[in-house]
Amino acid sequence: MQHAVRLDNVDISFGGTGKTVFRAVAGANLSVAKGEFVAIVGPTGSGKSTLLNAAAGLLKPSAGTVEIQGQPLQGLNGRAGYLFQADALMPWKTSRDNVAIALEISGTPRREALERAEEWLEKVGLKGFGHRYPHMLSGGQRKRVAMAQVLIRDPEILLMDEPFGPLDAQTRLIMGDLLLDLWQQDRKAVMFVTHDLEEAIALADRVVIMSTGPDAKLIGDFTIPLARPRDVSEIKLSPEFQELHRDIWHLLKEQVLKAYGNQNREERA
Amino acid sequence: MSRTVLTTLQILVAVVAVALWWVITQTSILGDPARIQFFFSTPADVFWQIVAWFRSGEIWRHLWITLVEAALAFVIGAVAAMIAGFWLARRPRLAAVFDPYVKAANALPRVVLAPIFTLWFGLGIWSKVALGFTLVFFIVFFNVYQGVKEVNRTVLQNARMLGMTERQLLRHVYLPSALSWVFSSLHVSIGFAVVGAVVGEYLGSSAGLGYLIAQAEGMFDIAGVFAGMFVLSAFVLLIDWGVTLVERKLLVWQPDNNH
Repeated sequence: MQHAVRLDNVDISFGGTGKTVFRAVAGANLSVAKGEFVAIVGPTGSGKSTLLNAAAGLLKPSAGTVEIQGQPLQGLNGRAGYLFQADALMPWKTSRDNVAIALEISGTPRREALERAEEWLEKVGLKGFGHRYPHMLSGGQRKRVAMAQVLIRDPEILLMDEPFGPLDAQTRLIMGDLLLDLWQQDRKAVMFVTHDLEEAIALADRVVIMSTGPDAKLIGDFTIPLARPRDVSEIKLSPEFQELHRDIWHLLKEQVLKAYGNQNREERA
Repeated sequence: MSRTVLTTLQILVAVVAVALWWVITQTSILGDPARIQFFFSTPADVFWQIVAWFRSGEIWRHLWITLVEAALAFVIGAVAAMIAGFWLARRPRLAAVFDPYVKAANALPRVVLAPIFTLWFGLGIWSKVALGFTLVFFIVFFNVYQGVKEVNRTVLQNARMLGMTERQLLRHVYLPSALSWVFSSLHVSIGFAVVGAVVGEYLGSSAGLGYLIAQAEGMFDIAGVFAGMFVLSAFVLLIDWGVTLVERKLLVWQPDNNH
């Protein structure tokens, strides 16, 4: 089976040379198959986003290889769409223009791009909101626009960095359902970073656990056999879900406590 | 405070100020009225001077000249500053080399340049445009520089991930970000364009509001000086109001501009 994303023995370091080097990720191995939804869970500061940025080509690993569909990654990952945690829309463009620009930059005529942008806004539940500027939308609505902006290009791989992190609990559930709905239609390969284990289990086919950084690596890999299509808010009540949650949490808890301890030590130092 | 109360109070300030002015120039509380009138003129004299200017139509030519000078100074200064700001902001090393010189040039009080500009560009409008230019340029330059430097990182990375080329980034990310900074400094930079024009006229010219004030002063015509100042403030307020309208149209996407 061909992999959409393959990280092989990846190290990622920050800083200069010698002692100042901070190695966030060390020897990480991860492959994501085509059509597979993989969630990466870990405590804060575990280098989850760092790993995702390596797959996006925003960061260059200091060792190891990143392969995208069998090809070593050079520069930015053009086959991937990236959904950021923070607001990433251009505030000076209306939501419709923000979505349309994603097509326009690769040469689609403006009229056609705008038409398709309207279609996508409708798909993410924002029909009639095309003329609003980002600041006139709620956090959840902005996230919907961002989703449309990423998905309209029809990327083969979706990279998501705690995309629903800034939203409130109810909105997160709704956004999770929307994401699954859209994903169900063409099953792109997904790398979804989150610190929320429940969200990870509810959405993904596979949940991988990262250890606390520095020198973070992947220490757990769980298949989530829950049936699809899923309802993100309902599924949490099922016994299978709770059993999976218990097993994975057992491993994750240790890392979370370790990260918490590190943080306290740093604060005292 | 409600709108009507506010407006009433604002008008009241002007009424009280003019009344005070009238009282001290008509009565002898602060000494001989004739002496005080020589230094401060009177509200009525100033008013009739302004009326006379508008009735004869003489003032329009001066207003027009000042407006043209200020507009030219603003447009040329802003365009040059945008180009320079963009260019330096995208080349950090070059910016570091030029940094002390930019700061030194900006630290110079522009008035001292006026005689040189008169020498270089003559007594016509261009020496005033040059003076306004030196004022506008630095304000816009620093704003553009800052705007390009402080582009939101996430917005930039997102645009890159969407596949924008360097040119497209410039057009869709850097330019709008820089322009928003320029627009937010429009009031200041346009104000300075007028300052440049008027100061230039004051120091040597044959037309414009600055010339009018300098002429009146030369003849100890205090009513003329005050009248010139009032017309000038009204002129600047009018321009400022126009800028506010333009700003509201251009910055609709910013949270604070939704009225």
